[in-house]
Amino acid sequence: MSATAKLPRWAELGLLPLVNLLAALVLSGVIVKILGESPWAALKLMSAGAFGSQEAVGYTLYYTTNFIFTGLAVAVAYHAGLFNIGAEGQAYIGGLGTGLVCLWLGAWPFWAVFPLAVLAGALGGAAWAFIPAWLQARRGSHIVITTIMFNFLASALMTYLLVNVLIRPGQQSPESREFSAHAVMPAAHELLAKVGVTFTATPLNLAFLLALLAAAFVSVFIWRTRWGYALRVAGQSPDAAVYAGILPPRIIIGAMLLSGALAGCLGLNELMGSQHRILIDFPGGAGFVGIAVALMGRNRPLGVILAAVLFGALAQGGSQLSFDMPKVNRDMVVVIQGLVILFCGALENVFRAPLARVVAMFGNRGGEE
Amino acid sequence: MNRAPGVPALELRGIDKRFGAVHANRGVDFSVAAGSVHGLIGENGAGKSTLMNIVYGFHRADAGEMLIHGRRVDIHAPHAAIAAGIGMVHQHFMLVENFTVLENVILGVERGARLAASLAHAREELKKLAHDYGLEVPLDAMVSELPVGVQQRVEILKALYRGAEILILDEPTAVLTPQEAAQLFQLLGRLREQGKAVIFVTHKLREIMAVTDRVTVMRQGAVVAEVATAETSVRELAEKMVGRAVLLQVEKGPAQPGAARLAVQDLEVRDRRGVARVKGVSFEVRAGEIVGIAGVAGNGQSELLEALAGIVASSRGEIRLNGCDLVREELDARARRGLGLAHVPEDRLRMGVVAAFSAQANAILGYHDRPAYNRGLLLDRTAILAGCEKKMAGYDVRPPDPELRLASFSGGNQQKLVLAREIDADPSVLLVGQPTRGVDIGAIEFIHRQLVALRDAGKAVLLVSVELEEILGLADRILVMNCGEIVGEVASADATEEKLGLMMAGVRGEGHA
Repeated sequence: MSATAKLPRWAELGLLPLVNLLAALVLSGVIVKILGESPWAALKLMSAGAFGSQEAVGYTLYYTTNFIFTGLAVAVAYHAGLFNIGAEGQAYIGGLGTGLVCLWLGAWPFWAVFPLAVLAGALGGAAWAFIPAWLQARRGSHIVITTIMFNFLASALMTYLLVNVLIRPGQQSPESREFSAHAVMPAAHELLAKVGVTFTATPLNLAFLLALLAAAFVSVFIWRTRWGYALRVAGQSPDAAVYAGILPPRIIIGAMLLSGALAGCLGLNELMGSQHRILIDFPGGAGFVGIAVALMGRNRPLGVILAAVLFGALAQGGSQLSFDMPKVNRDMVVVIQGLVILFCGALENVFRAPLARVVAMFGNRGGEE
Repeated sequence: MNRAPGVPALELRGIDKRFGAVHANRGVDFSVAAGSVHGLIGENGAGKSTLMNIVYGFHRADAGEMLIHGRRVDIHAPHAAIAAGIGMVHQHFMLVENFTVLENVILGVERGARLAASLAHAREELKKLAHDYGLEVPLDAMVSELPVGVQQRVEILKALYRGAEILILDEPTAVLTPQEAAQLFQLLGRLREQGKAVIFVTHKLREIMAVTDRVTVMRQGAVVAEVATAETSVRELAEKMVGRAVLLQVEKGPAQPGAARLAVQDLEVRDRRGVARVKGVSFEVRAGEIVGIAGVAGNGQSELLEALAGIVASSRGEIRLNGCDLVREELDARARRGLGLAHVPEDRLRMGVVAAFSAQANAILGYHDRPAYNRGLLLDRTAILAGCEKKMAGYDVRPPDPELRLASFSGGNQQKLVLAREIDADPSVLLVGQPTRGVDIGAIEFIHRQLVALRDAGKAVLLVSVELEEILGLADRILVMNCGEIVGEVASADATEEKLGLMMAGVRGEGHA
């Protein structure tokens, strides 16, 4: 990205995403206006729907949890120079691992099921990422293509398993039986009640803390360890990596295993935390939203968390909006999310050059070094 | 175009250009007469590229004006420059490799939709140009099959075909053998006779002396001197460029070679397509000597260096480092570094550094898993910072800011950091490729002194460079490579530029198979 205009760090990480978001909101407002509703009212409804009550916050953070896991997955791969489009499939298969542990070991106490469920989720996601990684590292098959294909494979495999193998006997819808009470993630309102705080019952659960821990882990791993260093070198410059004695194939495989493992943790929130069963298409597109989250969060864990909150709010506030404003239906909410992705991801450089000029103007006036 | 005599072909008045905080051109006045070759010299970052890019319409000046044959012009894009009669030959050629010469020449100036007519017209035109300038090139040959020197002529033909009256040559000799360079200089002479204005951008002072009529020296964005070449000297120009007296010749005592550190026997390296690029090369480098490998770029030196460093695999032969056969032991770059083989790569930006990383992150590249830089599972940030500060102080890296992105350093300071990293690891053998490529004169002097000091400390140094002057000044023994083979060995005392030039062109030297 040498040809793009340079921005100071604060503007790059703070101002630019904000301007992009604003542009997306303005355009969304125009669309809402065309639909015959007041953009201002829509914005108010959406923000109230996302943050206006304990219930709203709980739901928002519950969606956020999914997006943190998938956003981190995309970000880790990105630092290794890989574009992992397959977080959706990795989350799906990771969830299968978590779900199977919860189904089989439901009689065990929670403290025993919990680590195994985390491990199984991570292993499932990592396993699903391993094959595209191996193909890229050893055969040069492009990881973008293979991870997309593996999303479809995951989907087909899970449909088969849910329809033919895991389905609860005597039931029509392709879902497994419900997990036992031991194999369920403690909900936020239960945990808060233990420390004397009352919180409305929402699907928000312990997995949210796990997601924050995962973000902290990624942060330390990428920037503070020699393996993270090697991964970033390989991602920035494979030639420099080879020169430094770092083997890019190993980095590709290692980074994708970690990426898949992070995506695979989605089931901890979605299945173990909320649905309490394995059901069809439970990732619900979170793997793809993760790409936007990583892009918008500049592939930094803190940025990923903030962007995940934004997309969590869009998901939750959006459903509230479609509920209260019938003219703005669910599809329109998807359009608005799409605009945010468009401006923050694909069009992020549109405002870069003008912004750089403005910043430089003020910088010169202020006598910046 | 009717031209008044005495009016310069190109005149720049008060050109000013800023890139953010960098003041790249400060009120530059510059003029070139028709029928002359005008040198433009300056260190990297002195602003000569910026100035030429403004002339050619890649950049727009913030202030100042540009006159062509006395008439004010507004050059806002390269096509406007071409229309105004300005041609530019870039350091990296802008040719389509799998097109013929003729197709390359008409690219972008086809006349009408029918290609055949354009080609026929161009063929006639080019024959005339070739006759006028003695610029013979095979019009129907594929560009990829032509030697570099001929490709450069195609670039010049292209510019002339577009009606260039003012021709800018950016570092034109960087890729040429001395003989090819001599041919280029003859051509420049003919261009001058035909009344063209030639701007010759370079950092090689001797070429300036050999071929130009006048020379403009730039330093820190401003013109510091504009003199007739006949009235100046290499020493004076160098001092003007750097702003202080410069040592052009490396001062060094005689080598005191000891035991062989690096011994290469019958080494063969094949590229990805299976073509042998290094063909059975044998030599050794002893402790306390600098062995130079001379050759025109692309004759196997790069592959040799990378095979020695463990970056590409060799297909035959052995490489012994202090007696240990690196090939048979299948040691990779990391393991070789561990045994004391340090490597300053030829292409610094592609391999030696990560431009987007900070200086301190670059200062551990290749050494990041050493215990000195780690504390348990985590990188030891204090040690890394201290190590980088020490290297920056010891090697005069400016600005001494470990947090600064590497891309923000000048080429010379980047190279000093790479050199510091590799030398501080206390290697027994140092492989150095093009140590002063893209490095300014002040830093060149420093880097050369460091290499000699390393030699005097009893280390073995293998130096690969396409700069003959550098090889002649530094090496104690010189091996010449041509087409993947070592065609001769010369002791530096007996070496002359002419002798090496002939060998580089493939004429076998004495003594060696």
